[in-house]
Amino acid sequence: MSFDIHVEKRLGEAAVALDLTAGAGLTVLFGPSGIGKTSILNMVAGLLRPDRGRIAVAGRVLFDAAAGLDIAPERRRAGYVFQEPRLFPHRRVRANLLYGAPDDGALAATAAMLGIGHLLDRWPRTLSGGEARRVAIGRALLSDPAFLLLDEPLSSLDRARRGEIMDAILRVRDEAGLPILMVTHDPEEAERLGTRIVRID
Amino acid sequence: MLSAEEWTILTLSLKVGGVAMAAVLPLAFALAWVLARARFPGKLLLDAVVHLPLVVPPVVTGWVLLLAFGPNGPVGGVLERWFGVTVLFRWTGAAIAAGIMALPLMVRAMRLSIEAVDRRLESAARTLGAGPARVFWTLTLPLSLPGVLAGAVLGFARSIGEFGATITFVSNVPGQTQTLPLAIYSALQQPGAEAMVWRLSAISVALSLVALVASELLTRRVRRGLHVL
Repeated sequence: MSFDIHVEKRLGEAAVALDLTAGAGLTVLFGPSGIGKTSILNMVAGLLRPDRGRIAVAGRVLFDAAAGLDIAPERRRAGYVFQEPRLFPHRRVRANLLYGAPDDGALAATAAMLGIGHLLDRWPRTLSGGEARRVAIGRALLSDPAFLLLDEPLSSLDRARRGEIMDAILRVRDEAGLPILMVTHDPEEAERLGTRIVRID
Repeated sequence: MLSAEEWTILTLSLKVGGVAMAAVLPLAFALAWVLARARFPGKLLLDAVVHLPLVVPPVVTGWVLLLAFGPNGPVGGVLERWFGVTVLFRWTGAAIAAGIMALPLMVRAMRLSIEAVDRRLESAARTLGAGPARVFWTLTLPLSLPGVLAGAVLGFARSIGEFGATITFVSNVPGQTQTLPLAIYSALQQPGAEAMVWRLSAISVALSLVALVASELLTRRVRRGLHVL
């Protein structure tokens, strides 16, 4: 299975729990805002520690509370595209893209696919919202990930930008063949991009 | 414009201030990092101790330094016996006093800039394969650098202005420990030295002004540079 996630986590007053087993392609976690979808992605990425449970992705166990296993985030090979781009402000686009890359062999092709080849020498603060988001997607892809985590990758973008990013995600889904776990609260997005949709409430 | 004596005072002050700032810089950064990031019992106490020189009468700080670095003190004894070195009545002692007095100011500026570093950028770097050390060198340090420099400039200026702890600890020895404020103090006791007081005071004010403006400009960079898109 691509994603095998069984976790529980208390966050203040709220509790997040998920039992998910999903195959290849793009799995959408769909549900209203503020229900802990981002927390689930953070747990898969290793940025948030579940209280109990087990996480395995693409056949590799990343977390197992019972076995005391908790792989550090830098060794999980998650390609995580956060809700906000989180580009490093003191590095140009090229250096942002290559931050996690083993070498620059795939830079040109990835930049071309995302339509950001002309932005490589720009500073992050000069990018539009859509451009910054595509750079963030490229940076995650170039880090040689074993799987992708996408957190509301289309939120707060205008219509034209949304179409652009959606196309890019479809291309990644179909060409790179990576397991993808995506969070959204938009039914249209979920419908269009998801191989399968998992509802959380 | 300046007499030979005044040049000696000025260069000695710059030397004492520079050495004090440079020597304290790594310690100040380490303390700032711990206070900004670490969580441990006794943190409040450490915070208070770091700030002590800012609040305690400088003459008390000087006296404590005298006890510690005197020939029978815990630090001074070791220096004397093992290395044959004494810092009493020397510029090195003046630098120690200046560094201790500058430490809290430097820690404050650096701590603010470390706290201003967006932790979300650091977690993004972790998911991209960077371990804690790489995250520190490629993100935390460069992003807090303007604040570190602001702290250094401020510490340098504070070191040059140090008076109470210095005169208590290493006395007022021309050419060794007589920095700008001590020289001004001496000149004030001397009839007919008003012109010297004016000149040295003007230099002090100018140096402080430049340092404060530089540190403020750097601090603004911290605020502007760290936004996340």
